[in-house]
Amino acid sequence: MHNLAAITPLGGANAREDRIGGITIAEKPDRAMASLATRMGRDGDVAKAAKKLFGFALPEPGRMESKGDWAAFWTGPGQWMVTAPFVSHEDIAPIVKAGLGDAASITEQTDGWAQFDVDGSDVVDMLERLCPVPSRRMKAGDATRTSIEHLGCFVLCRVTGESFTVICPRSSAASMHHALSVAARSIA
Amino acid sequence: MIINHPLLGPRDSQEFTYLGDASLIDRPDWQAEDAVDRFYDYLYERENPAGEHRELWFHEQGDRSWLVVTRNTLTHEITNVELARDVARARGRGK
Repeated sequence: MHNLAAITPLGGANAREDRIGGITIAEKPDRAMASLATRMGRDGDVAKAAKKLFGFALPEPGRMESKGDWAAFWTGPGQWMVTAPFVSHEDIAPIVKAGLGDAASITEQTDGWAQFDVDGSDVVDMLERLCPVPSRRMKAGDATRTSIEHLGCFVLCRVTGESFTVICPRSSAASMHHALSVAARSIA
Repeated sequence: MIINHPLLGPRDSQEFTYLGDASLIDRPDWQAEDAVDRFYDYLYERENPAGEHRELWFHEQGDRSWLVVTRNTLTHEITNVELARDVARARGRGK
């Protein structure tokens, strides 16, 4: 068995955290992710099975939901991204698949994405420089896909006006980190 | 330009890409007797209205839905936005 050292999306041994002015940019490699796509005509089955597995109803368009280990956010009609702690749910796709059966298609996404938590009272000023979503109007629990510096990514609002999460393609993590840092410095 | 997405509300048009006339939804039956003529019309015949135009937009940097947007080509005013899925189903497509 090879003894390989895990690295974060930014290439470090540990998650990076930067503080620029009043804004904290923190790499978060601790969530496993899987996409959930409803198969044709199985919306009712997915809603029922998902509620049983996750303990909450799958969120409405533009929203996220969480309870205990599980969280999910809406990504498109009949589609969600499901996340859970990496330590306990490294094999998230088969876990979700077992719960939903043939009503939905589940795809492992964990290593495809990099997650950055951005926090601070000026964080909306920073996001407004980066992406066209109305971050100032977003409420806690709002989640949407948009583009930042030409990268397709997800923007989730954890605390209204203060705490957001940006999820971008892992291969572009350094570019995203640069974009976030430049925007944060421009208002620091 | 702002497109009022039926599910997500007002979104900046830079998140979308444009395909063309909404008549592209009505793909002819390839098994029809006159399929060649109908595909010729489907591919090449377009109205080019100076005014109201129904067109397909794709929310590529968003939820990946196809939309039918009714837009005035003279003023860019958008008067209606529907999910293309709903438009196609209303015409008896899908299940």
